[in-house]
Amino acid sequence: MKKRLLIAGPVAAIASLALPGAAFGATPILDTPDASINAMWVIVAGCLVMFMQAGFLLLEVGFSRAKNAGAGVAKILVNFSIASLCYWAVGFALAFGGLGEIAGTHGFFLDVGSSIEQAGKSIPFVETYSISPAAFMFFQFVFCAVSLAIVWGATLERIKFSAYVIYAILFSAVIYPILSHWIFGGGWLQVNIGMQDFAGSTVVHLIGATGALAALLLLGPRVGKYGPDGKPRAIPGHSMPLVGLGVLILWLGWFGFNPGSTLGAIGGRFAEVVVVTNLAAAAGVVAAVSIMYLKTRTIDIGMAGNGAIAGLVAITAPSGYVEYWAAPIIGAVAGGIVVYGVLAIEKLIDDPVGALSAHGLAGIWGTLSCGIFTSPRLAELNAVGDPGLWYSGSFSQLWAQALGVAVAFGCVFTVSYAIFFLIKKTIGLRVSAEEEDAGLDISEHGMYGYPEQFIPQPEYSTGLQLGGAPVPSGATATAAAVSPMSTTDSK
Amino acid sequence: MKKIEAFIRHEAFEPIRAELLDKGFPSLSILEAKGSGRQKGIVERYRGSTLTVNVRPKLKLEVVVEDKDKGLVVETILKHARTGEVGDGKIFVIPVEEAIRIRTGEDGEPVLQAHSEEEIPTG
Repeated sequence: MKKRLLIAGPVAAIASLALPGAAFGATPILDTPDASINAMWVIVAGCLVMFMQAGFLLLEVGFSRAKNAGAGVAKILVNFSIASLCYWAVGFALAFGGLGEIAGTHGFFLDVGSSIEQAGKSIPFVETYSISPAAFMFFQFVFCAVSLAIVWGATLERIKFSAYVIYAILFSAVIYPILSHWIFGGGWLQVNIGMQDFAGSTVVHLIGATGALAALLLLGPRVGKYGPDGKPRAIPGHSMPLVGLGVLILWLGWFGFNPGSTLGAIGGRFAEVVVVTNLAAAAGVVAAVSIMYLKTRTIDIGMAGNGAIAGLVAITAPSGYVEYWAAPIIGAVAGGIVVYGVLAIEKLIDDPVGALSAHGLAGIWGTLSCGIFTSPRLAELNAVGDPGLWYSGSFSQLWAQALGVAVAFGCVFTVSYAIFFLIKKTIGLRVSAEEEDAGLDISEHGMYGYPEQFIPQPEYSTGLQLGGAPVPSGATATAAAVSPMSTTDSK
Repeated sequence: MKKIEAFIRHEAFEPIRAELLDKGFPSLSILEAKGSGRQKGIVERYRGSTLTVNVRPKLKLEVVVEDKDKGLVVETILKHARTGEVGDGKIFVIPVEEAIRIRTGEDGEPVLQAHSEEEIPTG
């Protein structure tokens, strides 16, 4: 009895939030408590995913040298904002505005009405999941923004800012929406092939990394990355604490990313997805750190971060399809893949943050792992595809996954390469050698991210009275010189 | 007048500074320097790639004194900066033509170090 009251309390409270509209004579947007609770959870999850932008920002800034620290700030803010506008105006309609095989056609500018019944005519998923159209659009948009952020991590320290703007518009209005329609929005890969991708190992992460690969092939490495012998040299980023904070914020954001993809809180499935997600991330870190230790006898800080991201990326597709026991296996394999991937890719392509491995290779593995580990009960619950190889003994789901990966990679790579090729031929993709040497902060943004490093600062003149005060000569010089270096034994 | 330039380990600076102050030489400068000698570089590992840093961080200590005080300062530096291992650094002694105190405009040897005991700050 007491338990029932505990549940009834919050439900009534949330339901009442939806009701005041009625008092003013308007139709309530969400007329059931279920729909309100779902909207609440999806918006909370969407905000967590939005916060991942901060994670990408810190990760990328930390992996940059100090002369490029400010550029990352402008990049993230401008890209997120461009995507906000383009996805609302065009992208969302192409992705979810109907169940056509190739693309949706309804809901431009989210002009679909506020109620679930009205909106369901244009956006079928709103009705399927009993969710507010605004919440659904926002949640899908922040995914698009994450995918776009992944493209740019690999291009640090040498790409022109104008290249961001052009590609961001096309990516968030067309490329990402079409691909997400095929796999998330009822398009041909999801419906006809039965490809499983719960939260976007392929849709978000592989697509982002594929765009990055296309850009990198045309962009070339940073000056000084490869020695005269052609061997890669380390260009250490300026702040490992920022990288660590970035990784942890991304990890936190993933608790919105995967569990939010349940698109509802009713039934509590999202809590299981939280646990699955966390297990894979943890296994990714342990595997990546262990393998690096065996190879180099050092506990590699950057690779620990890459291991976490790889585990999270890999579990993104299977997070809604697999049982707890499979999660650490998927995460650990991803941790191994990212180590060997970074070491191999480093020899050919300069990827300062390891995005091609952590988002690309781990994304491919995560998508394929559905074909191995998807459990019968969860395939049925999600109503997409069949159980994986482990349960069914059949390779059919694995083939569906592989086909999906190949199609997504092929299409996005072709289109992205063409766009970056045109950018390179017209306005140019890369800053000049002098600008790169000076750093993007001063050459592209007109200021330094850390001004004190480059501009002399006046001393703090307490005790130094200018104009004939009795200050012993030499005293100030000694006192100033001591402070940064002095050890505790000074008298 | 002589300028004594010594490239020393970071940890050698504080005892040298304390003893020079004790002996009446409060005026000196340090600069953070990077250099190479017989000491080998440091190998950094960064996500699997290695980076050899061939120059080591050192401090460059500069003191200008009257000719007669040169030996005393050099001895003080030798006393505290020597560990016996490769990488202790080097001392160079260079002649100085002129010295001018900016605050008063006075010049010559009197401007080099503190004049009298009471002007030397404790610490």
